[in-house]
Amino acid sequence: MQPINQFTGVVCPLNRTNIDTDQIIPKQFLKRIERQGFGQFVFYNWRFDEEGNKREDFIMNKPQYEGAEILVAGENFGCGSSREHAPWALLDYGFRIIIAPSYADIFYNNSVKNGILALKLTEEEVAVVMERSKEEGYRLHVDLEKQSVNDENGFVAHFDIDPYWKKMLLNGWDEISVTLTEEDYIRQYEEKVYGQQYS
Amino acid sequence: MTKKNVIEKIWENHVVNRTEGKPDLLYIDLHLVHEVTSPQAFEGLRISGRRVRRPDLTYATMDHNVPTIDRHIINDQVSKKQIETLEQNCREFGIELADIDHPDQGIVHVIGPQLGLTQPGKTIVCGDSHTSTHGAFGALAFGIGTSEVEHVLATQTIWQQRPKTLQIKVNGKLGFGVQSKDIILAIIAKFGVNAGTGYIMEYTGEAIRDLTMEQRMTICNMSIEAGARAGLISPDQTTVEYLRGRRYAPQGEEFEAAAAKWLALATDEGAAYDKTLEIDATEIEPQMTWGTNPSMGSGISGTVPSPDQFEREADKESVRLALDYMGLEAGTKLTDIPVDFVFIGSCTNSRLSDLRAAAEVAKGRKVQGNVTAIVVPGSQTVKQQAEAEGIDKIFMEAGFEWRDSGCSMCLAMNDDVVPAGKRCASTSNRNFEGRQGNGARTHLVSPTMAAAAAVTGHFTDVRELSSVNL
Ligand code: SF4
Repeated sequence: MQPINQFTGVVCPLNRTNIDTDQIIPKQFLKRIERQGFGQFVFYNWRFDEEGNKREDFIMNKPQYEGAEILVAGENFGCGSSREHAPWALLDYGFRIIIAPSYADIFYNNSVKNGILALKLTEEEVAVVMERSKEEGYRLHVDLEKQSVNDENGFVAHFDIDPYWKKMLLNGWDEISVTLTEEDYIRQYEEKVYGQQYS
Repeated sequence: MTKKNVIEKIWENHVVNRTEGKPDLLYIDLHLVHEVTSPQAFEGLRISGRRVRRPDLTYATMDHNVPTIDRHIINDQVSKKQIETLEQNCREFGIELADIDHPDQGIVHVIGPQLGLTQPGKTIVCGDSHTSTHGAFGALAFGIGTSEVEHVLATQTIWQQRPKTLQIKVNGKLGFGVQSKDIILAIIAKFGVNAGTGYIMEYTGEAIRDLTMEQRMTICNMSIEAGARAGLISPDQTTVEYLRGRRYAPQGEEFEAAAAKWLALATDEGAAYDKTLEIDATEIEPQMTWGTNPSMGSGISGTVPSPDQFEREADKESVRLALDYMGLEAGTKLTDIPVDFVFIGSCTNSRLSDLRAAAEVAKGRKVQGNVTAIVVPGSQTVKQQAEAEGIDKIFMEAGFEWRDSGCSMCLAMNDDVVPAGKRCASTSNRNFEGRQGNGARTHLVSPTMAAAAAVTGHFTDVRELSSVNL
């Protein structure tokens, strides 16, 4: 995965709570056996009508949000199905950063493992970003190392992140390679519990 | 000795390595695999030249995509490809597979317990959020994403941050005609879809102890709908008896030894949790949802709420959008809402006892003329058992369709789709927008409530149907 640290991008506000992964990527698009190419289907039922025409009134379809790379949404973002197609689709569409007051656990893990920084701000801070991002061209600057977010008009916020995830994201590490350095421990465990070796 | 709850006990038993500043590395005892969330994981293994570390702890089936009629005719080429890909991957990596022709095929969360693969004290993962179902046995079971599927295939371990523990205590006894589905819907309606986020839950209390294993599975299944990755019930004699004689469970003397170990995993008297929530079972009536997430529901005697009844702006807006999507007016009595479709199935409610209960309501009645009602057993074994009891006949005589097993209309990835604008009484677990088909309107209910809706044409308090043996 791509490492991430300093990032500046246009912000798209999606003012809903409990956005579930069925909305992020509807099930008719889960049949592909690749990881790529899901971006075109992100929020499909909100972006397109039954005939496949763009819904002009949906926020992501407004020209000012074209090319947005930061998505801001309400609490419990990514609830529901564990489908990793959701972060794949968001990433493929162009979102590197998501901002919300809270996330569903599985979605959060899935995101970090794909190099998406899903960061948590308070409800008040999210409300400020929601409001300000109505303005055309509104951008935020994110600094993962410093764990801070700011805009050009004095908005500054700090966010917390687990040090392990932070390190993974900063380095863009592949988790399996990291785990394979624990091979000795895995082998010891297997010997203790299963009475034999498997590697 | 410090008192521990079942979650802490299982966790401690599986720590491979614990280092300051890192999550715990946990060993996984059972990895269930299905066709939708695994292809990219196997592909990842191939690209990096890795193998599956423990094929003996991995078991695969196909459920999400499979047709429930004419099983061999998969019209959708992309679905077909996905199913074939799983066959190839299992062959290549040496994984046992219950494919579409296999007598053990079924929804992954139905067959795991049925085969006795699911056992107390195990860590169980699957690329599916309803893996929480297996928690009913006192197993630590949770859904994972595809990257994690690949990780478990390659290393048989997973990195997990030690979660906080949440006790959900269901006090007292359930009333007449109330099902375990009503307990979990009531819990989610009361505490919200966020209540369990960051926690692993344990369900306790008299009403939970009274439940059969199949009823417990219905509760644990929907833990994820309360935001928790996992929800457990401490093992007890009910758990032990369910597993006795199952194919993959220990046999003979070994079974007794295992049973003693399982029972010792139960939460110690007086063990602590990070948080406890309580609900009174005696006050729970049959439930149904009216909105677009599982917390938007109430007892059947209720009415559709108005957005103004909610305090927070965000909630008002969500309810407004939900009512708009569902085509409902505030103030409408729930029992005045008509149905077009009825779906009895899914990993929440497609086991033999679910079908028996629904058949009891359907018996001697007729599905209303404008209603399409389908029954989809959770596995081919459940189907066979139900047929041996004549349950299929009861349903068909009442005008229900009787299908082969699979996920079916729970997520409508196969041809079982609810058309736009149509309303479905569904025994599944998610009422999200578009879940059962683009524009489809889902109301979550128990199997008996679904059958009652089918035979009356609208949502009905099943307790009011005369001469039903509930
Ligand atoms: S029945 Fe529904 S919820 Fe259960 S595994 Fe299948 S799709 Fe998922």
